[in-house]
Amino acid sequence: MTLEFVMAKPILTIKNLTKKYGGNAVFHNIDLTVNEGDTIVIIGPSGTGKSTLLRCINLLTCADEGQIWLDDLEITAKGCDDDRVRQHIGMVFQNFLLFNHLTALDNVMLGLTKVKHMKPEEARVKALSELERVGLSDRADHYPGQLSGGQQQRVAIARALAMDPRIMLFDEPTSALDPELIGEVLEVMRKLALEGMTMLVVTHEMGFAREVADRIVFLEKGSIVEEGSPDDLFYHPKNERTREFLWKITELYGKKEENK
Amino acid sequence: MADWLQLFQRYLPDFIKGAAVTIELTVVGLAIGFAIGLLLALARLYGPLWLKTLAIGYIELFRGTPLLVQLFLIYYGLPSLGLTLTQTVSAYLALGLNSAAYQAEYFRGAIQSIGSSQMTAGRAIGLSRWKTIWYIILPQALRLVIPAWSNEPISLLKTTAVVFLIAVQDLMAKAKRAATATYDPIGSYLAVAVVYLVLVIVLNWGLKYLERKTVIPGFEMDSKKV
Repeated sequence: MTLEFVMAKPILTIKNLTKKYGGNAVFHNIDLTVNEGDTIVIIGPSGTGKSTLLRCINLLTCADEGQIWLDDLEITAKGCDDDRVRQHIGMVFQNFLLFNHLTALDNVMLGLTKVKHMKPEEARVKALSELERVGLSDRADHYPGQLSGGQQQRVAIARALAMDPRIMLFDEPTSALDPELIGEVLEVMRKLALEGMTMLVVTHEMGFAREVADRIVFLEKGSIVEEGSPDDLFYHPKNERTREFLWKITELYGKKEENK
Repeated sequence: MADWLQLFQRYLPDFIKGAAVTIELTVVGLAIGFAIGLLLALARLYGPLWLKTLAIGYIELFRGTPLLVQLFLIYYGLPSLGLTLTQTVSAYLALGLNSAAYQAEYFRGAIQSIGSSQMTAGRAIGLSRWKTIWYIILPQALRLVIPAWSNEPISLLKTTAVVFLIAVQDLMAKAKRAATATYDPIGSYLAVAVVYLVLVIVLNWGLKYLERKTVIPGFEMDSKKV
């Protein structure tokens, strides 16, 4: 009991979050808690606000209503220092968004020297160890243009990890990758989850969701339809829509999963 | 032809002196234009509304009126406001302020094509807006801009010729002098045309070199023949 209590420390708490564009709500009244060490996977059809939700958490977009806490700090409060908050939230994008004019090593180092004001030598050691973590220490001197998509995404993960974030957000990290490159990225993410990194992942990779997620959240038309353990959602979905969506997506992606 | 070569030979030392002034005007004008142009582009893209409006106003004004008019206003007009500038300073200023308007638009295009996505990536690791611009966006935009921006030094070098109208002793002024002295305007102007052409060819070569030197590894494909 005590152990569970310690484990269940919330890192991210979202209450009543609503985001509108024009008159339309992208999502409304979202409640979500991510506990330390949890891997939460968000699934759902496109256009249901999954990416926007991640962007709101990272303060790249302003939510219209509701609150977000990172640990005990309300990051949606007025006067909250956005740049400070973002240092503690790692973000991995669908299209990698590496800094193309910098080597893999410099991509990872930049935040350390310019945001955390680390000495270059220290930053270099730290950056190299992060590249090691994603299995790319031998590519440190390569520029993004010289790396495969999978390698670029792993550098992007290392770049986010280097900041020692409290939580990592993944926005469809494998959607822009060729099928044969998806595995290496998922492998890195699986390793991170095992190491106890707190992660919030938007993905269509059902194999990953089933295997790694502590909890799966099904988001549709801007609200959470159902959430629960992978087993509950995959084998005993309460909601008809969840069942339909999972059936459809497994039909689409299932064959690939079996081939692995 | 022999006559022409003789004229060319006789006036070459004079032309070289004039060319030095022309190069000086180009370099100083380009530098002023670069500094102001970059600020204008940043103001137009990232500034608050009033600054944006000011930048757009500046660009439209300096692109919308002839350089010669701007030069005359600075050299002949400013003294009536109590500000008297020498010919050379007036020329620097007119060329620089005018070039800034054009350079601003080159920079704006390049910065826009680097796109908001690099801004997002920079902000996501906790960099501030201005740090992202400085460390992420400008290093890429300034590389990307080179091929298009290369028009500006070449165009400016030839445009400097108008300053002979306020008696700056540039290459064009030397040509006029040679023409008057030899009664051979065609030969004289042809001679400086050759000098201008040589300058532009050398400049162009330098710009191509700059483009090659600054290419980002992994992106060389663009400049290779397919």
